[in-house]
Amino acid sequence: MALTRRHLLTALPVIGTAALGVGFWEMLKGMKSGHFDPHAVDTPIIGRDLPDFPALEGLTDLGEGFSSETLRAQTKPVLVNFMASWCVPCVLEMPFLKTVSSEATIWGIVYKDKAERAAAFIQRNGAPYQRIGQDPQGTAAIEWGVTGVPESFLVMPGGKIVWHGSAALDKDTFLYTIRPMLNQFKEKAG
Amino acid sequence: MKRFFLTLLLLIAPLGASALDSPQERLGDPALEQRAEHLGAQLRCLVCQNESIEDSSAGLARDLRRIVREQVKAGRSDQQIMDWMTQRYGNFIRLKPVFDLQTALLWCMPVLALLIGLGAAWRIWKSPRTEIKALSDDEKKRLKTLLSKE
Repeated sequence: MALTRRHLLTALPVIGTAALGVGFWEMLKGMKSGHFDPHAVDTPIIGRDLPDFPALEGLTDLGEGFSSETLRAQTKPVLVNFMASWCVPCVLEMPFLKTVSSEATIWGIVYKDKAERAAAFIQRNGAPYQRIGQDPQGTAAIEWGVTGVPESFLVMPGGKIVWHGSAALDKDTFLYTIRPMLNQFKEKAG
Repeated sequence: MKRFFLTLLLLIAPLGASALDSPQERLGDPALEQRAEHLGAQLRCLVCQNESIEDSSAGLARDLRRIVREQVKAGRSDQQIMDWMTQRYGNFIRLKPVFDLQTALLWCMPVLALLIGLGAAWRIWKSPRTEIKALSDDEKKRLKTLLSKE
């Protein structure tokens, strides 16, 4: 049977539909495994110096506040975590942050929350933060390009931002993305 | 009838309004307010993603609206304000994508589609037409016998 124009025209829509199907299937697979996030916002801040933000007030007994200068002056990488007591994924993230705090320095920024509520929340969840800054109006968050809580950034000494996550920090992300970066820093530092 | 017009009025009235949560958000100067609204309409609300910050009532959209108005009031240019936003949130915050390598295909598509269509039409116009010849005597005879069989 010779391949006629008619065959070709019949095959075209079938091939097109099949291609779409494969595309959607790939997207769904990616969403399930976490490699594809349709809501992901690209972060222009990665690779840049951290933004200037006004000094953030700390929380009594839980952690000193900080400014962009304090953060830049650190000699070890700092994981900056934007959080709030009213945010559900933040609640889920806390036990893991506590685990991570034994091997990484975590600084918290309390986003649009009342001091006493945030303090109670952090206390209740094992206080994983070495320092805590309050951002009640969310102005510092906008400087960082934060769209919602929780979001985390890995800041190298000197202030370069090397990683950003716009979801609750999970084990896989820490083990396969953040820990290698921390180890790399340790090796370089000797 | 009065009731009908009242209902109609209530239905139509909100159409022109923006999502500004309170009238206090507006700038006193109508010209500046118009500029702020125009800028806000081009900025994506990053929480709802398909709405502009003027249309959204998300907290972040409100904050960004306030910033736009503050900067407009401070006399910054449209370009400066857009740059301020993209520096923090990337090109994604623009509802209208900029023309760059990544978006070249997107922007050129209408012209490309038109060219492809014109090319296809040109080919069809230019293709040699098969002329329909008159029936020969033999064919006429055959047609007659075929028709008479009915």
